[in-house]
Amino acid sequence: MFPLGIEPYLIGGIIIGLGVSLIYVLTGLHATQSSFFTTTLSWFSKLPHFQEERNISERDWRLALCLGLISGAVVYTFTMSPSGMFITGVDSWRLALGGLLVGFGTRLSNGCTSGHGISGIASLSTTSLYAVITFLVFGIITAHLLEFMGVL
Amino acid sequence: MNARNIAVYGGGILFGFGLACSGMTRPEVVLSFLRLDDLGLIFVMGGAAVVTFLAINIVPKLMKAPALGGSFRPRVSVLTGNTLIGAAIFGIGWGISGQCPGSAVASLGTGNWPIIVGLAFMFLGAYIRGRFIRDRN
Repeated sequence: MFPLGIEPYLIGGIIIGLGVSLIYVLTGLHATQSSFFTTTLSWFSKLPHFQEERNISERDWRLALCLGLISGAVVYTFTMSPSGMFITGVDSWRLALGGLLVGFGTRLSNGCTSGHGISGIASLSTTSLYAVITFLVFGIITAHLLEFMGVL
Repeated sequence: MNARNIAVYGGGILFGFGLACSGMTRPEVVLSFLRLDDLGLIFVMGGAAVVTFLAINIVPKLMKAPALGGSFRPRVSVLTGNTLIGAAIFGIGWGISGQCPGSAVASLGTGNWPIIVGLAFMFLGAYIRGRFIRDRN
């Protein structure tokens, strides 16, 4: 069940929680990620969905969050990563097809692993609990189907 | 850059560091969780949610308002059909690719340039949602 132990997972999760908590304590904002796609598109698309006032007002801090995520991963990679830089071996078609569904699905659901999974669960939102159960079940079924079909 | 955005950037650095430390920036690790080979991801989401739960529920008792302005409000949302349909579609994409929005963005910082393909298609998916799905009022 835990071939690599639980320490890196638990420590990483606590650090993620500290980051989300720091942002909440200083600003009251929930540091969630998938809205970033919608708010960033507000710079490029005139569609009413993207031009909603909320998207315009959030787009700068959501970009700052995105740059923070990248910077934090750079710091880890160059200070503590046992194996240095990382390049995924997952096929491009899977990144593309999966990415399309992730972008569409998280924006339809109004949340992702961070929005529903961390901030929503931490807020004891039943909506988020149902969303988390749903994406976990569908993710596990899909990964097993691909394994069954020999796509690894 | 105002103080709010600098604070978000600082918290984001911790967030991204934690994502890389926990292996979530590696689609392979997420896929091994979804195949139920390595259940460590439970501790990532659980550990982050417990710490955030403490912040959301204890800090507002100690401070009236966030240090840099704004207000304390839990993240609550209304359950609709779209919440669950979207979560199911997200889950399928997660199971195909091992990527979620935060981990994919942070993965760029580990040097994982092929993830740009995944991020580009996430933007496309978010655009299709805004272009073709009518918002409920």
